[in-house]
Amino acid sequence: MNTASSDLLTLVFGIFGVLIFASAIGYVLQRRFAATGPNDAVENLNARIKAWWVMVILIGIAFIAGRAGVLILFAFCSFAALREFVTLINTRRADHWALASAFFIVLPIQYYLLWAEEYGIFAIFIPVYAFLLMPIISVLRGDTERFLIRIAEVQWALMICVFCASHVPALLTLTIPGYEGRNVLLIAFLVIVVQLSDVLQYVWGKLFGRTKIAPNLSPSKTVEGFVGGVISATLIGASLWWITPFTPFQAGVLAFIITIMGFFGGLVLSAVKRDRGVKDWGNLIEGHGGLIDRLDSVVFSAPIFFHIVRYWWSLS
Amino acid sequence: MKIMIAEFAAAAFVLFARAITAVRAIWPEHGLPSRPCVYFANHSSHGDFVLVWAVLPPRLRKQARPVAGAEYWLKSKVSTFIGRDVFNAVLIEREREKRTQDPIALMTTAIDDGSSLILFPEGTRNQTDARLLPFKSGLFHLISARPDVDLVPVWINNLNRVMPKGEIVPIPLICTVTFGDALRIAPNEGKDAFLERMQAALLALAPKPLGSGE
Repeated sequence: MNTASSDLLTLVFGIFGVLIFASAIGYVLQRRFAATGPNDAVENLNARIKAWWVMVILIGIAFIAGRAGVLILFAFCSFAALREFVTLINTRRADHWALASAFFIVLPIQYYLLWAEEYGIFAIFIPVYAFLLMPIISVLRGDTERFLIRIAEVQWALMICVFCASHVPALLTLTIPGYEGRNVLLIAFLVIVVQLSDVLQYVWGKLFGRTKIAPNLSPSKTVEGFVGGVISATLIGASLWWITPFTPFQAGVLAFIITIMGFFGGLVLSAVKRDRGVKDWGNLIEGHGGLIDRLDSVVFSAPIFFHIVRYWWSLS
Repeated sequence: MKIMIAEFAAAAFVLFARAITAVRAIWPEHGLPSRPCVYFANHSSHGDFVLVWAVLPPRLRKQARPVAGAEYWLKSKVSTFIGRDVFNAVLIEREREKRTQDPIALMTTAIDDGSSLILFPEGTRNQTDARLLPFKSGLFHLISARPDVDLVPVWINNLNRVMPKGEIVPIPLICTVTFGDALRIAPNEGKDAFLERMQAALLALAPKPLGSGE
């Protein structure tokens, strides 16, 4: 067994350990608080833990299936996220072809470019080509009502759900000396740090949260939760240096950047939800809401993490 | 053989509708009636009845038959197969002058045989900005003939954006199908009052328009 797969195995056992621990806590809470009557908080917690099992197993299967598996998984995530996003935006009949091409042309091409490892066009396909082609397709129908808003919203949807999200599997394309064949662990690092940061912010906030950090955007986020979550996720990131090409200190710094980006990603996308008057992006994942509710912090941290690693560590 | 193809096609339609729309059903507080009933829904897309049909629990789905326009579905061999064999539609003739069969009689026969109906009381697809077109009187005549049948309002949301009129490529957007509590016609309730009450019950299920804030 090579080091990549043995490290992956260690990681999987670690994650299963955490999930078993979480499930045990959920079970105890269920027995203590929800035995006499329904308790929404405990039921939501248990639904979330159950969904975490499913998500971890799906990602695990994708990792085992290799590059194709990871790409298919994230292409599906992009599709489901784009569907949630476009459901909530202003569109008119004149946007029909622009939207259809976002789903059935732009998204598949973006993931094909990843498969082909064409970084030069992958990095600019959506910000340049799709950016200009989308309004061209829409303008052909001659409907000018709220034109700028409609176009801007479709482009945002593409940037967030396809462009940014595709930077997670894009980590597979990097060539880092001495780290060959282990890139999938970079994805694991990013996803673990960002998701643990979300969970830990929630836990710290529930335990010690007093001061609301952004009451207009997200009533559950507190200063105490934020500080505790960022510090603990940074430390966990640093302690995971052995699966990365980084030193423990570098891993900590990157984990810190990831958690900060993730936090603001959550804030920005929750502002979008507020604007649209909804609580969740969708209902795909029980207990979590929609897929974007789970991915909001990933999409903001992934491109930054990708480009930092690419600039300072990668040869390609 | 034909039955097998029809069942396979039905399963394929349901799978496709679900994959595109990630449709979610919202059930009424008291559950759906298990006896034959009439589901009546807003109508804005060709796919409306497929979506209602797809979200119904299998046992109720089996007994649910859409009511559709005969002149549309009997146009070609393929559409006749889809209408008659796949969806087992109750095909009625919409144009009064050309009728050979009474639509109300066809519907009551189906109910008497133990089927539920999926009905679109607006009579035609709503292409306007109004949320609901005025109801045609068919629902009233049907329920006057079978007054002890439950009426279940069903609001289909977003499907008109998935496939607007004249488009062939569907846009994957999340749809919801909201079922309301079952209603009955009140004794001595007049046609206009009844239809108005049914419209109001259906509209009450419609979600607030997006972006209206909180």
